[in-house]
Amino acid sequence: MPTVDVDISTRRIISLLMENSPGALSRVVGLFSQRGYNIETLTVAPTDDVTLSRLTLITLCDDQTIEQITKQLNKLVDVVKLVDLTEGEHIERELMLIKVRASGEAREEIKRTADIFRAQIVDVTSSLYTIQLIGTQQKIDAFIEAVKGSNVIEVVRSGVSGIARGEKVLAL
Amino acid sequence: MLKDQDKSPSSGAEHAKSTNLTEVNGDVEMLSGGDMVARALEEEGVEFIFGYPGGAVLHIYDALHRHSSVPHILVRHEQAATHAADGYARSTGKTGVVLVTSGPGATNAITGIATAYMDSIPMVVISGQVQSHLIGEDAFQETDMIGISRPIVKHSFLVKRTEDIPRIIKTAFYLAASGRPGPVVVDIPKDITAPAYKAPFDYPAEVSLRSYAPAEKGHSGQIRKAVELLLRAKKPMIYAGGGVIQGNASAALTDLVRHLNFPITNTLMGLGAYPGSDRQFVGMLGMHGTYEANNAMHESDVILAVGARFDDRVTNTISKFCPQATIIHIDVDPASISKTVISHLPIVGPARPVLEEMLSQIKDIEAQPGIANRVDADAIAKWWATIDGWRQKHGLYTQNRFDDSSENIKPQEVVQLLHELTDGKAFVTSDVGQHQMFAAQYYLFDQPRQWINSGGLGTMGFGLPAAMGVKLAHPDAIVACVTGEGSIQMCIQELSTCKQYNLPVLIVNLNNGYLGMVKQWQDMQYESRYSQSVYQDSLPDFIKLAEAYGHVGIKITDKKQLREQMQTAIDTSREQVVFVDVYVDPHEHVYPMQIAPDGAMNDMYLSKTERS
Repeated sequence: MPTVDVDISTRRIISLLMENSPGALSRVVGLFSQRGYNIETLTVAPTDDVTLSRLTLITLCDDQTIEQITKQLNKLVDVVKLVDLTEGEHIERELMLIKVRASGEAREEIKRTADIFRAQIVDVTSSLYTIQLIGTQQKIDAFIEAVKGSNVIEVVRSGVSGIARGEKVLAL
Repeated sequence: MLKDQDKSPSSGAEHAKSTNLTEVNGDVEMLSGGDMVARALEEEGVEFIFGYPGGAVLHIYDALHRHSSVPHILVRHEQAATHAADGYARSTGKTGVVLVTSGPGATNAITGIATAYMDSIPMVVISGQVQSHLIGEDAFQETDMIGISRPIVKHSFLVKRTEDIPRIIKTAFYLAASGRPGPVVVDIPKDITAPAYKAPFDYPAEVSLRSYAPAEKGHSGQIRKAVELLLRAKKPMIYAGGGVIQGNASAALTDLVRHLNFPITNTLMGLGAYPGSDRQFVGMLGMHGTYEANNAMHESDVILAVGARFDDRVTNTISKFCPQATIIHIDVDPASISKTVISHLPIVGPARPVLEEMLSQIKDIEAQPGIANRVDADAIAKWWATIDGWRQKHGLYTQNRFDDSSENIKPQEVVQLLHELTDGKAFVTSDVGQHQMFAAQYYLFDQPRQWINSGGLGTMGFGLPAAMGVKLAHPDAIVACVTGEGSIQMCIQELSTCKQYNLPVLIVNLNNGYLGMVKQWQDMQYESRYSQSVYQDSLPDFIKLAEAYGHVGIKITDKKQLREQMQTAIDTSREQVVFVDVYVDPHEHVYPMQIAPDGAMNDMYLSKTERS
């Protein structure tokens, strides 16, 4: 199969407001598969205004593709407003719940690692810890790397949410 | 009344006792969902509904039967309903309307919806859906129409409450026709249209959407920059597409092009946007574009693209596309700009106001003294001399580039003759293949909306049903469907619809016994191995077939009889459907043809033996 070399070095965080209506999410997701764009993470929930949902996604692509992605998203009738957070200063956070085997010597080591990362142990059994961690994608990757040796049982990541720093807002 | 509004459709059974189908409660009419659909279509000024009934839309069909003033055209297959609505829309600029049932009715409509989507044609498709409580249960004739149509619609609605019908239909028509037009699907579950439940019908005068605001004019500063580029150009080209036709901008374009004395090329979708017989028109561009158009594009220094989208059938290899050109791109859809070819100067806006402002700015600048404030007339004259040289050398319109001395009837001369005998004034629809390219090359369209073809999707089977839609809208015009024996068989059942509604269209079947374009590619790239492109002796007797439907069939095999028989066919088609079956040279190819892959705009085969 011929392959196309695409520079996917750029990581973009697109955050958008869309009508909280049936089918809206499938139109956004469908657009990505239909046009061959990549989705790394996706998170969506209603906002304080129940008629609007906020959707945040991360895509890896080159500059020309991101221009097309934002244009095509804006073209969707359900999409009200859109911002590429990576164009400016922003805050991004992801939530992870991770279940790791924690018995014997490892039990104390994992607790220490969790403290270092300012993670919280939210559930405990005699052999397992369930740990909650909030941070950037990088920080979460780093934590997984740090506890990898001790038998990760289950990982749940929320996908990245983001917001612009300072006065910039994405609202109606 | 408020009490009624609060009720869900399922609690509407008590209303069934009502004998009046329409109740007026205060100032607001109370209507069932089915009646609302019928009334909404009247409110929208719909002239024709193209459709096919079935279980899920029976309430709507009953409403249409009882009181609608909108005529309904019963097709023989839902695909044809969409193409007929599409032909109607393309030839009038109005929105085509389709009504189909759920399941297979909806899926049969998909090809036609995709066709309209690719060519940005305004269309509203109302599809029935199984009852709300059955959705998701794999009910009889259930299909997820919203899901299946999602990638090929501008927008879609699943109606969940009878009360929403007026607003949704109003919005559907608004979306279909505004901005970059396109098809909109309204999927209505059967219970929502049931006669038992009535809700207030208050058709909105207008709609506004917070998430949708298409540009109404271009940015004056950008237009100013474009004007400066155009005035400095030495080898300019104007490249106009279907957006000019859809945007009713042909007059504005023609004024601008004539004022500047620049050469203009049209895309397959843009033919007729500028008069095809005019001196400044250098022919269609792209894969089967003229030698002069493709060369002029390749050599140009400034390209003004209007309502065109740099489709792969136009650009050939993107990296070799027009290397010296600065590209100005006008489009109502920002996503069309820099999608394939990077535009140096984008102007987002509808073609007409942008072109009008462009010309008015040019005139303002020219009113000022100084040579810099005019087009460089010397450079343009030189540029025209170069282009005229190309025209003389290999142009399609300076002499016949096919063997017109052959004993075989050449498909090109059939189209030339059709043009001549109809004074270039017919509406011409086509299917897809060689005949489509011959029609595009040799019927020089002088008016927008005269040329009706499936350019983007390339849908075989489009031509005949599209011609029906055109004929309904233009009963006094000659409507010719230029087709081939492959394409025509894809929707040939519509000969029956033509009979029912007395739609005398002229079908010109360029019969070469092969899937001609497939065969051409097999000749050129597969050493003439005709894999599944030959009909052998399996073709029907089209004359008998036409007669079986109550139409007239004319078989043309002798070149000497061609003119006379074509004239008879055209004359007869004033009253009756005429199926002209013309036996053309089975081995003719369409030229020029761009060389792909890896070719530039100006790399072309010019005949079976010549290259550019």
